[in-house]
Amino acid sequence: MRIRALVIRIIRQFLRDKRTLALLIVAPLLVLSLMYLVFDGDDYVPKLGTVDLPDAVVQQLEKGSVDLHSYPNTAEADAALQAQDIDGYLSLDGTQPHLKLEGSEPSKNRAVQMLVARTFSDLTSDRAQAGTAGMPKIEPKVDYLHGGEDMTTFDSLGPIFIGVFAFFFVFLIAGVSFLKERTSGTLERLLATPIRRWEIVVGYMVGFGIFMGIQAVLIATYCIHVLGLMMDGSLGLVLLVTLLLAAAALSLGMLLSTLANTEFQMIQFIPIVIVPQIFFSGLFDLDTMSPWISWLSHIMPLTYGSEALKNIMLRGEGWSGIASDTYVLIGISAVFIAANVLALRKYRKI
Amino acid sequence: MATSDDICLRAAGISRSFGGRQVLQDIDLDIQKSEIFGLLGPSGAGKTTLVKLFAGIDEATTGSVDLLGTRLPKLSMLQRIGYMAQSDALYMELSARENLQFFGELMGLGGQALKRRMNHVVELVGLGEHLRKPVSSYSGGMKRRLSLAIALIHEPEVLILDEPTVGIDPVMRQSIWDELRQIRAAGATIIVTTHVMDEADKCDRLGMVRDGRLIAVGTPEGLKQDTGSHTIEEAFLYYGGVRP
Ligand SMILES: Nc1ncnc2c1ncn2[C@@H]1O[C@H](COP(=O)(O)OP(=O)(O)OP(=O)(O)O)[C@@H](O)[C@H]1O
Ligand SMILES: [Mg+2]
Repeated sequence: MRIRALVIRIIRQFLRDKRTLALLIVAPLLVLSLMYLVFDGDDYVPKLGTVDLPDAVVQQLEKGSVDLHSYPNTAEADAALQAQDIDGYLSLDGTQPHLKLEGSEPSKNRAVQMLVARTFSDLTSDRAQAGTAGMPKIEPKVDYLHGGEDMTTFDSLGPIFIGVFAFFFVFLIAGVSFLKERTSGTLERLLATPIRRWEIVVGYMVGFGIFMGIQAVLIATYCIHVLGLMMDGSLGLVLLVTLLLAAAALSLGMLLSTLANTEFQMIQFIPIVIVPQIFFSGLFDLDTMSPWISWLSHIMPLTYGSEALKNIMLRGEGWSGIASDTYVLIGISAVFIAANVLALRKYRKI
Repeated sequence: MATSDDICLRAAGISRSFGGRQVLQDIDLDIQKSEIFGLLGPSGAGKTTLVKLFAGIDEATTGSVDLLGTRLPKLSMLQRIGYMAQSDALYMELSARENLQFFGELMGLGGQALKRRMNHVVELVGLGEHLRKPVSSYSGGMKRRLSLAIALIHEPEVLILDEPTVGIDPVMRQSIWDELRQIRAAGATIIVTTHVMDEADKCDRLGMVRDGRLIAVGTPEGLKQDTGSHTIEEAFLYYGGVRP
């Protein structure tokens, strides 16, 4: 009864507050679309300079996707490199091929190196073929366990982004809303009624849960059907994990809001609470990190959320593949919820 | 027996300190049932802190508060108290109606009973025609009246009002006091803090609070006599140490 009253009130407030509604629903879609445009761009065509190369090599280079510029000597090529007209140039040091790279952008370096390596391996295999006519050319066939050749960066990062945005926006909005309840005096007024402390927390979880559910459905379906994010598993499980992640964000946001006195202080939690989680959520490879740092990731909800989402969306795993992550998320939320009920003791002992 | 049947509230030796700073000291007070008890005192004297203890929202550092024979704080007693805070605690995005409905439901009202009570209290504070407007568009006095309506919604046995008439015009104030007298006549007890002297005159008994101590308790007439003053204002100044 009291919980119902609280839930209805939260829904009404939400529907009046168009800005917050937009932040919860439109903002994640907008940011995800931007991510899509950034990460899903066409493959990069490297700009390669050539200095005095044999025709055979140039012809072989031209077979790949490359933007070739030829220079009469290394001095001019160096100047072009300096001006960033090209990403690198290839010349001959006697018989030894020499590749010089601009070097400031790893992704471009890699594109150029791959192109050059492929060119020379093709050249040698062509020669080998010419020498021993009739022998079939041996080329390894590549198969993928997960994903595939056409899996883009956006595909592999998508599940993480879904988790990050569900977490981030809910954390902020729930934290600020509960903060407002406290600073406007309505929390004290609420506590002058016979409502129990746990009823307040549950009311908030349910009231916000409704909007978190709408947000989860929108984000997931938009990413999968509109942006064409790779999706090998079940949508239901994706929604389950997103919702659990949002529940953790909501209860954490409420809890931390008791440590803040203004909206700005709530914002100050972002670099402390949100940013590290994004680093540890799988955007970067944790295997190479020192063990004590990767241990940190075990206390972060986003680690479990994005791992579960990757298992579902990229590896096509079912319930058994995400069960343990799900239980941990439920456990984290339960701890935060209990902590919230306790934290309200600060305002009313009973 | 110490707790006789006609005592509504008994405070015994209560003190309250915030982080080492003593805000209330050794307050003993009995408030009778069906009386309007006024708390008077300069700003910062501790009136708000005191009525919060009476409402069971806050707990005394030492000492005890018994309300209607029950030791506070106790959750179930909140049901029998109507509390109006000094600062309006309202949901600005919601309409007056929605605010009333929300607090009414928290107090366990529903259906027809809630509707009836809502109509009654709204009529009482004269907010009838503004019921559907969002509270953010209300004037200060309108918000005050809505807060009062919320405190009254569940027909509490004890009304605790922290400066209820600040920002309310004399005509409306008159009608609110008429209503408070009616509520008292129906058997409820009313505890009210105030700065307004002519309001203090309307209370059955007054308590003077200064620097966290209750320095005098009595009827308005009695206090005037004790201090040899003609008005409550003079008595107030006497107790405030301003007037000899
Ligand atoms: N939560 C708190 N923490 C610390 N000090 C407090 C707290 N609440 C009140 N005080 C202090 O207690 C004293 C009494 O405050 P209180 O609000 O009870 O005064 P008041 O009599 O209601 O004043 P006013 O007439 O201005 O409303 C003040 O000095 C105030 O600073
Ligand atoms: Mg006060």
